[in-house]
This record gives sequence, structure tokens and C-alpha cells, in this order.
Amino acid sequence: MQNQYIYLDHNATTPLHPEVRKTLTEMMNEYGNPSSLHRLGRAARQKIETARETIANFIGAFPDELIFVGSGSEANNTVLNSLSCSSQACRLERNLRDGIVTTAIEHPCVLETSRCLHERGNPVVYLNVDTQGKIDLDHLRSAVDENTALVSVMFANNEIGTIQDIKTIAEIVHSRGALFHTDAVQAVGKVPVNVRDLNVDFLTLSAHKIYGPKGIGALYVRRGTPFCPLIRGGHQERGRRAGTENSLGIVAFAKAIEMRALEMESESQRLIQYKQILRAGIERNIPDIRFNGHQTDSLPGTLNVSFEGAEGESILLYLDLEGIGVSTGSACASGSLDPSHVLLATGIGPELAHGSIRISMGRENTMDEINYTVEALTRVIKKVRAMSTAYKRKN
Amino acid sequence: MEPPANWLYTDIVKEHFMNPRNFLKEGEDFQADGVGLTGNIKCGDEMQFFIKVDKERGIITDCRWLTYGCASAIASTSVLSEMIKGMSLDDAFRLTPKDVVKNLGALPEHKIHCSVLGDKALRAAINNYYERQGLTEKVCKEQARVICQCMNVTDHEIEEAVLDGARTYLELQEKTKLGTVCGQCKDEATELLNRYIEEHFGGTIKLF
Repeated sequence: MQNQYIYLDHNATTPLHPEVRKTLTEMMNEYGNPSSLHRLGRAARQKIETARETIANFIGAFPDELIFVGSGSEANNTVLNSLSCSSQACRLERNLRDGIVTTAIEHPCVLETSRCLHERGNPVVYLNVDTQGKIDLDHLRSAVDENTALVSVMFANNEIGTIQDIKTIAEIVHSRGALFHTDAVQAVGKVPVNVRDLNVDFLTLSAHKIYGPKGIGALYVRRGTPFCPLIRGGHQERGRRAGTENSLGIVAFAKAIEMRALEMESESQRLIQYKQILRAGIERNIPDIRFNGHQTDSLPGTLNVSFEGAEGESILLYLDLEGIGVSTGSACASGSLDPSHVLLATGIGPELAHGSIRISMGRENTMDEINYTVEALTRVIKKVRAMSTAYKRKN
Repeated sequence: MEPPANWLYTDIVKEHFMNPRNFLKEGEDFQADGVGLTGNIKCGDEMQFFIKVDKERGIITDCRWLTYGCASAIASTSVLSEMIKGMSLDDAFRLTPKDVVKNLGALPEHKIHCSVLGDKALRAAINNYYERQGLTEKVCKEQARVICQCMNVTDHEIEEAVLDGARTYLELQEKTKLGTVCGQCKDEATELLNRYIEEHFGGTIKLF
């Protein structure tokens, strides 16, 4: 077991699916520019449009509602930044509204952009979440008003795995005449996502969280929704995102989606079972812990747990030496003084936030690996706590 | 030779992290002559030092420590605990984070603040020893006391800020950035603020 590194950080990124790797290798020599009219160009164009169809189908969208972008962060930036466009046409399209409502637990690419927009004069409201990371729907109802242009709420949280009631949220937002965006980077391909059923206006997807390559994402924009491009200067993506298409990435993205369609359901059942084993093992072997995130509405492979009196970066690095890769909400891992904004938003307090570990499992993990992880984690927490001022004082 | 990707920090840091020296073991009966605690668990690190002193020669003969902290904090305290055995109290008191980092090989810049707690806790332990021995004049040797652990602001800086015109807690925060992270130091900082105002401007300023 120790010979092989146990990768439990799938919410950060994932290894390529073998089929995706194959597609990438095959595509490597297809260099034609999809905008070219000759046969190389036409071949590339055809591949891209087939890929667009595959991905659109998977989320219940029309192919022309999908814009390929460079990352989930770019997609999120595109949606939020379109609000600050002050051209008369853009303002009229969004009924002159300029307010943003988002949540305290969004990815930094949404939070930072919102902060920037706030500085440029757009009013921004950050919604509270409860102890399990669900947004406060009453807060949403009171925050979205006649000036709100856009509400952005992430589908599933990357740190604690909590899944929001997107359909209900979209309904509330639309009843007040605002547009709704959801960052579904952690959700698409892990849990069922259908844009028609959810009734969202924008939705963000990314390939590398679901065994596709890095550097390719997509933004769903519902037909007829006001839109202002972030990157201009080309006719690509129907003038909505300039720049020669990443044909290699797009085709590989579609292959990853194709594999998700085949594997998602069985994998998610397996990961839910692993999570139960992991949870039970931790509960049995390690005292003074707290599980973060929602008990049931949660990503199948994500488990976030806090250990009293044990600092997260130490836990992470001892696990790394044991051959296990996880992530932490501790400040020390990021080089800042503040621990995870997501955990703090759930109200657990800085000490437990500093002592948190995120285990995110994926398609290649095995039961043996999960059992070994429980053993190693038990050892590591014992070791860290034996040196801990905080844990000694408590006991 | 291991490729660098195998570990985040230097080999010495790794070695001390894997095999920390001199930490206080569970149930260990260590009769300390001085104990010092520093840091703040809310900010993610806290450190405690226990020292034994040869009272006649003024030399640290043995020590133990505990920490709530990251790999850099564990490794730097471990290496510090090896450095000070056999060292005079005066020399130990003068140790700086730089000395610790030198003995670790190196630390990334954003990790330097994780190494400052060890020597602070050690100084607190030495002061505690002096206090226990009734050597209060020795305690005064300490240069400055950190009030805000998060932003590393000392009582001296608070005094300077007062001399520089700070009269309210907000003004003090503006000048020193103190209390802008966890805010735990607010009471102590306010007390010092008022004391320095009284000390330097007591007779001249009308507070109401």
C-alpha cells in the first residue's frame, strides 16, 4: 500500500481518465484552426461542434447555449463582469439593475470579482449559510430586490461538499426579476445537473475536476439572456469569447463528459459507501472531532473533518509522508493568517477551521486505500495531539 | 538524493518534523524551573516552553516544549530545543528567529512568522524563571512585549503610536494594524493605550 500514493484531493483536480488520455493523444496532431475554411479547419470545426453537443446534452442544454472558456474561473468572471458594463445597451438589457447577491462561501474567483465590482460601485450582498453550509433562504428572499441584476450561488461547495437547493433558489431569484448564475464546477459529472430542470440562466463547468484536462471550461448561457463578453476581438463562440478555440481541450472535455455519463451513477454510489466507512472509522478511532458540511446534501466523495487541538498543515504534511494527499482549511497552508472562509462562514470558529482536513475521493480510489487512510489518520492525529498545547490543556 | 518535489521544505525541517526532539511527552514528569506560553490558537499557532536551569551557573540544562502549529513551527521549536541546551540564560534570551532559521537551513518567506513563536515562548519561560527566583530586575531586560500576536505589534510600538498622536483604539489600529486579525488583544491594547496616554500626556490632555 505504501508504495503507491493515495490521492484524496479530487476537488482540487483529478487525474485524466484513460479514455480522455487516449483522445488527447489522438487529437495531438490535429492542428487545424476551426475557423479555417479548408479541410483541416473543417475537420476541427466538426469535432468541436460534436463535442459541444455531447456536453450540452449531458446538462440538458442546447449546443448554442454553451461557450467554451479557459477555466471555471474565467466563466465566473465573465458572468459577474458583464454587470459592470455601463454601455447603454448592456444597461437596458438588464433593466438598469446593478446589484449582486452572492454567498459567503463562494470560490475566491467569485468573491474577489464581487469585491472588485463593489469597489466600482455595484452593491453586493453576501448571503449567510447555516452550520451545514446551506444558504439562508430567508436572507435570500430579503436580499434580492428590484435593483438586483444577478444572484450567484455555487451548486456544490469545493471545501465542505454541501449542495444547495438550486431549483428553489432559482425560483426565488426569478420571482424578483433577477438573473441566476450557479458555479457548478464541483457538481457537473458528480451529481445530476440539468439546466432546464433547475431553470438557471448561467452555469459554470470545468473539465479538470472530472478527469478531463486543465485549461478548459464552459459557460452555459440560456438563450435570450443578456450577455457581455469578457474577452473581445474575435468571432469565435458566436462572438462571445474571442480567441482560437482550444480544440484539443474541448474534444477531451467532451470525452470526459461521455465517460461521466457512463460512470457517474455507479461511482457516486461507491464513493458514498467509502465516505460512510471513512466517517465511521474516524468516529471510532479519533475522539474530539467535528464533521463539516451537510449530512445528506453533499458531494458523494467529499468529507471535511476538523480535529480539536491539531493544526491542519501538520496533519496534511504527516499524511503526505504516509503517502496520502489531502487538503486543509488551515491558514498555514495558504500562507495567510486567516483559515478557510467557508468553514468560518459555517460558524465553527477559527480553531476548528485551522484543524480541518478535506478528503475528496474519486474514481480510482479503492476500499483498501480508504481503510489505510483511517489507520494513517489515526496515527497522525495521535502524533500531532501528543505535541499540542491546545489538546493537552483541554484534557 | 530525493527530488525536491518530495518535500516542501529543507531536509533538516523534514527531519525535525518527522522526529521532533524534546517535546513534553504524555505523562512525563518534567520539573520545570520556568514555563512560557505564547501565541494564540485562533491565529493558528501557540507555543509553550519548559526549561530546567542550573541556578548557580545560569545555564539551561534541559527543556521541553509543546505546540499547536504547522510543520515549520514544529521543526523550528524542535531545532531551538537542541540549540539551547547548555546555553546561558543571557545567550538564550538573545536568540532570534534568524538564528533558528539558520539552523533549519531555510524557511520560505511566508513561513518565517511560524518560527517566531519558539524563541518568544523561550523568552517567556526565561522571564518566568527569573520571576520564580525573585530576580525581577532581570525580567526587565526584555526589550519589547508582543501584544498583538497576529500582526506582531509590541508594547513599544503602541507607545510610539501614542507619541505619534494615536488617542483612540481605531487610531491605534490605523497606525499599527494591531487587532485587525483575531481582535483578541483589544482589551490589553486599550489598557496600554490609556496608560501611555496618561503617562505621556496625562497632565495636558482634556479627555472630556
